[in-house]
Amino acid sequence: MKTVKRALAACAAFLAGSGPAMAAWSDLNLRVGVTPLSRDIHGLHMLILWICVAIAVAVFGVMIYSIATFRKSKGAVPATFDHSTKAEIVWTVIPVLILVGMAIPAAKTLVRIDDSSGADMTIKVTGYQWKWQYEYVGQGVSYYSTLAQASNFARELRSGVDPYSVQNYLLDVDHPLVLPQGVKVRVLVTSADVIHSWWVPDFAIKKDAIPGYINELWILADQAGTFRGQCVELCGRDHGFMPIVVEVKPRAEFDAWLAEQKAATQAANAPATQVALNHVEPAAVRVAAAE
Amino acid sequence: MSATATHVAGAAHDHHDDHGPAKGIMRWLTTTNHKDIGTMYLVFSLLMFLLGGAMALVIRAELFMPGMQIVDPGTFNTLTTVHALIMVFGAVMPATVGLANWMIPMQIGAPDMALPRMNNFSFWLLVAAFSLLILSLFMPGGGPAAGWTLYPPLVLQTGDALPLAIFAIHLAGASSIMGSINIIVTIMNLRAPGMTLLKMPLFVWTWLITAYLLIAVMPVFAGAVTMLLTDHFFHTTFFAAAGGGDPVLYQHVFWFFGHPEVYIMILPAFGIVSEIIPTFSRKPLFGYDSMVYATASIAFLSFIVWAHHMFTVGMPLAGEMFFMLSTMLIAVPTGVKVFNWTATMWKGSLSFEPPMLFALAFLFLFTIGGFSGLMMAIAPVDFQYHDTYFIVAHFHYVLVPGAVFAIIAGVYYWLPKWTGHMYDMKLAKAHFWASAIFVNVLFFPQHFLGLAGMPRRIPDYSTQFADWNMVSSIGGFGFGLSQLLFVYLIWKCVRGGAQASARVWDDAKTEGLEWTVPSPAPYHTFEEAPVVK
Repeated sequence: MKTVKRALAACAAFLAGSGPAMAAWSDLNLRVGVTPLSRDIHGLHMLILWICVAIAVAVFGVMIYSIATFRKSKGAVPATFDHSTKAEIVWTVIPVLILVGMAIPAAKTLVRIDDSSGADMTIKVTGYQWKWQYEYVGQGVSYYSTLAQASNFARELRSGVDPYSVQNYLLDVDHPLVLPQGVKVRVLVTSADVIHSWWVPDFAIKKDAIPGYINELWILADQAGTFRGQCVELCGRDHGFMPIVVEVKPRAEFDAWLAEQKAATQAANAPATQVALNHVEPAAVRVAAAE
Repeated sequence: MSATATHVAGAAHDHHDDHGPAKGIMRWLTTTNHKDIGTMYLVFSLLMFLLGGAMALVIRAELFMPGMQIVDPGTFNTLTTVHALIMVFGAVMPATVGLANWMIPMQIGAPDMALPRMNNFSFWLLVAAFSLLILSLFMPGGGPAAGWTLYPPLVLQTGDALPLAIFAIHLAGASSIMGSINIIVTIMNLRAPGMTLLKMPLFVWTWLITAYLLIAVMPVFAGAVTMLLTDHFFHTTFFAAAGGGDPVLYQHVFWFFGHPEVYIMILPAFGIVSEIIPTFSRKPLFGYDSMVYATASIAFLSFIVWAHHMFTVGMPLAGEMFFMLSTMLIAVPTGVKVFNWTATMWKGSLSFEPPMLFALAFLFLFTIGGFSGLMMAIAPVDFQYHDTYFIVAHFHYVLVPGAVFAIIAGVYYWLPKWTGHMYDMKLAKAHFWASAIFVNVLFFPQHFLGLAGMPRRIPDYSTQFADWNMVSSIGGFGFGLSQLLFVYLIWKCVRGGAQASARVWDDAKTEGLEWTVPSPAPYHTFEEAPVVK
């Protein structure tokens, strides 16, 4: 019944010309994000979108005018011209100029994205079927991040659990990646099995995790908060179920968190306390069972 | 032109009219007639369109709301993979080959295709290919589920379906290459006297260029999948990093095939639309020469843009820059085409028969797909769009209201010529409006989903994506069911209907040799070559 109601509501909203998600413009458009790069990219996206809209208005306008005006039913008599060198030159040259206008800011942004120099810390992200491993390079801190239990239970075929009752359904993990606010972080991305792709929309950059390759991206989050993304390269059965959650904390809080992790790791590595921090196991068993 | 001379000479002999079609099933198994083979290709394509469409509906049903209700994730991956393989290699390509078989000889005044026995072989090889592909669904370990791009290492985890799917691709590729050779030989050798290259209808031109693209890239694809096969069974490590290979190499080779492949699907569509718009605008095609050059430029550019499918693999900056700029260039010849079609309608005298309606929908909606294509060419922004529903929306816009609408327009344009009957215009218009509305309900919201961050190829999604997925699924079912009207209409038209005249569209401006033969076109046409002035 609930489904039917939702379907009807979606239809009604669509027919009324206002999408169900219209309440939030952010649900229709690319988000601005929280890094300098994400803002650049959003700006570029809007620029190109508006150029396309302007061209569309002009071109569709001429098409619609032609369809409305030059109708046989209105007694239109066809002209006989079949080319015009002048017009053809104009509509070759103008698009070239528009493209050059787009290419310049695009190239600038591309160069900026490529420049990961001056990063203060490095994190290595490794993709597995179907979870992520985060390693704070040089800090001795490393852990796995898998889909949160509540989502993992609800997403089973005909689980009977209403996804709306699960908080952050499919976008929640057991151990999020934690990043410091306002620090340039270099992220190295690789994979231990098949190709995955690491993407958090609010950070804008997406990089494939490829076995045998170490790809690089950088993040400078200037806003604290929790940001969510997903694996975006088809990586097998549970591709849809390996989300990414990043918590950006103010520098002091982050430092405290990292110190705590280091202590826990050291404690875990001490011979007498090997029981601690064994959260890797359930997922590892699942990988083995699936293949 | 020696071939034409032979036909003229042949006509001087006594003509024995005793080689009509064989009776029963043998007619179809053994036929070498371009019209029969064209019909078989078109029927095959329609069946595959319905099968691939049914798979898409299962996908859309699963995505109707969050949570897993219908299929498990593995089956979902198989469905997305096989849906794409069937639609690309089983529906769109064979449909354009079917139209080429029917129309190219009739448009250039040739009695048949140049290599009729190979023509028959090409078709039946395709049937074998798809039998293998469909069989692969029932293998231990499930069907192919690594996406139609078959990226390693994931694809190497496929069970027994892998060799079947790869052999299916080999056979379909061989079929395409033979079909292309046939088309090139036919166009180069069997044109009627006076039919110079620059007098050929645009459909013939676009197919000539498409055929060269096919011959260039199909062997590349065959090579790539063969390397997958040896990696899987013979311990080579072309694509295995652990053995010194390179998984990204596969992607380069695949997309060197894959990008021309998308033009293989769309160029014949350009040709069809370039036939229909002048007819129902009652005005010659604007800028014929520039249309030909634009098609050739698009074909050339298609070979140097492939890595725009791979902006996120971690290419060097110079590589990303090159592929971004070369990709943006494609907008120029594509723009020329759209402007030329618009200029053809300008000061024309338009009427809106079903083929024209579909051609107009193509013009608008393909252009929308072109805009999103241009947006994705911009590499830095593509880091956001890549592998989200934005790309799903983009390529479905260029393939469904693009290629598929053009094919439907072509069928509505030439169907009376094939069957000799006019079809039910009211039903065709209903089919048009249902298709044109639902296709937008289906695919337009997917732009929003992609921008909001929904990855492609996921069987279940976060609740924030629920509303637009539901709208899209409703559109999907509407669009899918509308196509049953098309099937019914064709069935009805084959069985009967008002007699069509030779020109079919009597009050429009039909040009071209196909309109000089009676409707239905006799089993053998142009046994004596016409002379083109």
